[in-house]
Amino acid sequence: MIVDLPSSTTSAVNKKIVELREKGGVLALGRVLTLVILTDDSAALEGAIEAANSASREHPCRVIVVARGAKKAAPRLDAQIRVGGDAGASEVIVLRGYGPLAAEEAGAGMVMPLLLPDAPVVAWWPGEAPAVPSADPIGVLAQRRVTDALASKNPMKAFDQRRANYVPGDSDLTWTRLTPWRALLATALDAPPFEDVTGATVAGETVSPSTDLMAGWLAARLDVKVKRSPNDGGPGLTSVRLERASGPVELVRPDGKVGSLRQPGQPDRSVALIRREVRDCLAEELRRLDDDEPYAEALEGWGSVARGRTPVKAEL
Amino acid sequence: MTWTNPLRDERDKRLPRIAGPCGLVIFGVTGDLSRKKLMPAIYDLANRGLLPPGFALTGFARRDWASQDFGQVVYEAVKAHARTPFRQEVWDRLAEGFRFVPGSFDDDDAFDRLEDTVRALDAERGTNGNHAFYLSIPPGAFPVVCKQLARSGLAIPDGDHWRRVVIEKPFGHDLKSAIELNGIVNDVFPEDSVFRIDHYLGKETVQNILAMRFANQLFEPIWNSHYVDHVQITMAEDIGLGGRAGYYDGIGAARDVIQNHLLQLLAFTAMEEPTSFSSNELRSEKIKVLNATRLVGPLDETTARGQYLGGWQGGEKVPGLKEEEGFNPESSTETYAAITCEVDTRRWAGVPFYLRTGKRLGRRVTEVAVIFKRAPHLPFDATMTEELGQNALVVRVQPDEGITMRFGSKVPGSQMEVRDVTMDFGYGTSFTEASPEAYERLILDVLLGEPSLFPVNAEVERSWEILDPVIEHWAKQAEGPDPYPAGSWGPDSANAMLARTGRTWRRP
Repeated sequence: MIVDLPSSTTSAVNKKIVELREKGGVLALGRVLTLVILTDDSAALEGAIEAANSASREHPCRVIVVARGAKKAAPRLDAQIRVGGDAGASEVIVLRGYGPLAAEEAGAGMVMPLLLPDAPVVAWWPGEAPAVPSADPIGVLAQRRVTDALASKNPMKAFDQRRANYVPGDSDLTWTRLTPWRALLATALDAPPFEDVTGATVAGETVSPSTDLMAGWLAARLDVKVKRSPNDGGPGLTSVRLERASGPVELVRPDGKVGSLRQPGQPDRSVALIRREVRDCLAEELRRLDDDEPYAEALEGWGSVARGRTPVKAEL
Repeated sequence: MTWTNPLRDERDKRLPRIAGPCGLVIFGVTGDLSRKKLMPAIYDLANRGLLPPGFALTGFARRDWASQDFGQVVYEAVKAHARTPFRQEVWDRLAEGFRFVPGSFDDDDAFDRLEDTVRALDAERGTNGNHAFYLSIPPGAFPVVCKQLARSGLAIPDGDHWRRVVIEKPFGHDLKSAIELNGIVNDVFPEDSVFRIDHYLGKETVQNILAMRFANQLFEPIWNSHYVDHVQITMAEDIGLGGRAGYYDGIGAARDVIQNHLLQLLAFTAMEEPTSFSSNELRSEKIKVLNATRLVGPLDETTARGQYLGGWQGGEKVPGLKEEEGFNPESSTETYAAITCEVDTRRWAGVPFYLRTGKRLGRRVTEVAVIFKRAPHLPFDATMTEELGQNALVVRVQPDEGITMRFGSKVPGSQMEVRDVTMDFGYGTSFTEASPEAYERLILDVLLGEPSLFPVNAEVERSWEILDPVIEHWAKQAEGPDPYPAGSWGPDSANAMLARTGRTWRRP
């Protein structure tokens, strides 16, 4: 069910929510968090809501979408409440602010009365994020601030901002996208031979913050020389090679779909390594709301990574 | 010095546990369980990226199939029953590792071929000599399969590789047969390589009993005989025997359900806090509480059994047990069983635990209901609290997973009147979509060698020890089980069993 409340206020929205609950019992009560989505009033909005609805199946939550409309307009707040089939396992409140209400501070003022009591708040910028998310008026309210450098117009600049302005509670989907890779590499080292890694090379698209983060993570964990090389043959991260005395462990994925794990003395093992969709990443983000120290270390580790110029080929 | 993996970090909670290189061999691959639960669970694990690259699945059955035919069977099972969406890339990788070995259990050649297949997988797929054998077969076939696994050398790992065996209930039909069965399995596989599946323990809600009790301050202080009046553990099914009639005759509800599922639920509900969640600590607490669990007598009055009659159930005409196709019309097998236990510890002294299970009951439900004592003093007139029952905390194991609390609340109005209300925590209808199936969790734990959710020998044997006197007592009776109409909540004798002490069964 979708209820439109044009030219409204947040207290009217709150009242309507209670009314809907009493009338139809359509709003469940077991919400574990409030997810605030910050975006422009654009086509990307529905995509973000869809991802949030899908993630809400794992984490029942209230979703508040703050869609900033035209700044040069009369002040006006159009609200919309979506419940039931239109909102997954969540209840979605879309707030479209115009004029002065499209400003950041006004956004925080609109969100505040709608936050669930006691429950943690997660702020998510599916597109362009502020340079310092933790200083954003809504970012301040949130325990967890999720950004996506890759969705920014200039991913490298966004990535540099993340590194420069990291505070505990920040997280970025470029890090989340790495989880399957990191898990495979860690598992590969779980098995014998138990040898130290002596060096590492990470290759991927020139513009690929995830690839940089992978290199940073390895540098932080392994304490060896890590090289970040270009490979523009495939999308995103294409290969990781860990040197060991008995031979290298390699994980390559040239086409963004199927990867291959290579170890000396063992047959190549192919593995489905599909680039992750935003909704999967978001569900993972919502799973843990504590500080992500390994992410912080990976950001820092990037500082000590050597940049290679020679492209590295990745083939299956 | 032990080597630590530098890429592992206990603060890094995003990293899932992926099994190391390994393969799984399923015996009885054509069975219902295999198609409806195991194969979909394996695909779901692969889809979630939790199976190792190069994972191999080998089927063994008496069918004239090639590996492709087997692949087709798995494909259909996955399409029909998998929880997660179908992805071609994942499927293709998984399907590369399918093998099929035709043969019967007494065929030496077939097991030699299986040995060859497994060895070839090590070379082609890199399963590295790590293999688990899932015996999805009747317990009668265990001895011969175990013997074959030993004879062909499949059961013996070399070097630091592992071989594990997974077995399903029933783990025997009484203490004697359970010990015998354990002996047969343990002759071939050491106890730490034996994984006994009780799929209830793979359920989120059951594991949540531990989280609820030991992670909160709210419940544990009242979790004892000072506050708890009694506990009711129920597993009810609305279906009848249908096609399982042959298996069920002579087994009955008590052996089929109480011995494993319900006593395990009792253990989770009544156990003391383990010092840690390591499998050893968890198991020793479970064994401790099972050792303290006894039947309450006299069994004539504290147990009940029944057999469903035909009739109309939920708009459908259903046959009674004795009219089920292929069932012995003289059968005295019970389809409803209820027993009374107590746990002889300081915490639980004097608190009865009522366990009941049945088929063709009112609806399908599994729950643990902890019923609290009445408040010792009510500063109200009797008329004000007429409608106030006992407080209760109910863990709904399935379906509609969650927790319900029942307590008194004032009825709005100018008079003071107190009535029962419920407060509900639901994992939510949709929440469960993302939570893994019990079999996914359990298969992954087998491949990881993580034993905490699998009952050990000692638990199985102790459970039979608890239940055996009831079954013997029933066998001695001249009269068979009491009849009860399909769709009801069991025979009158079950109600009488609680009425003795002034209690009633909860309607779940």
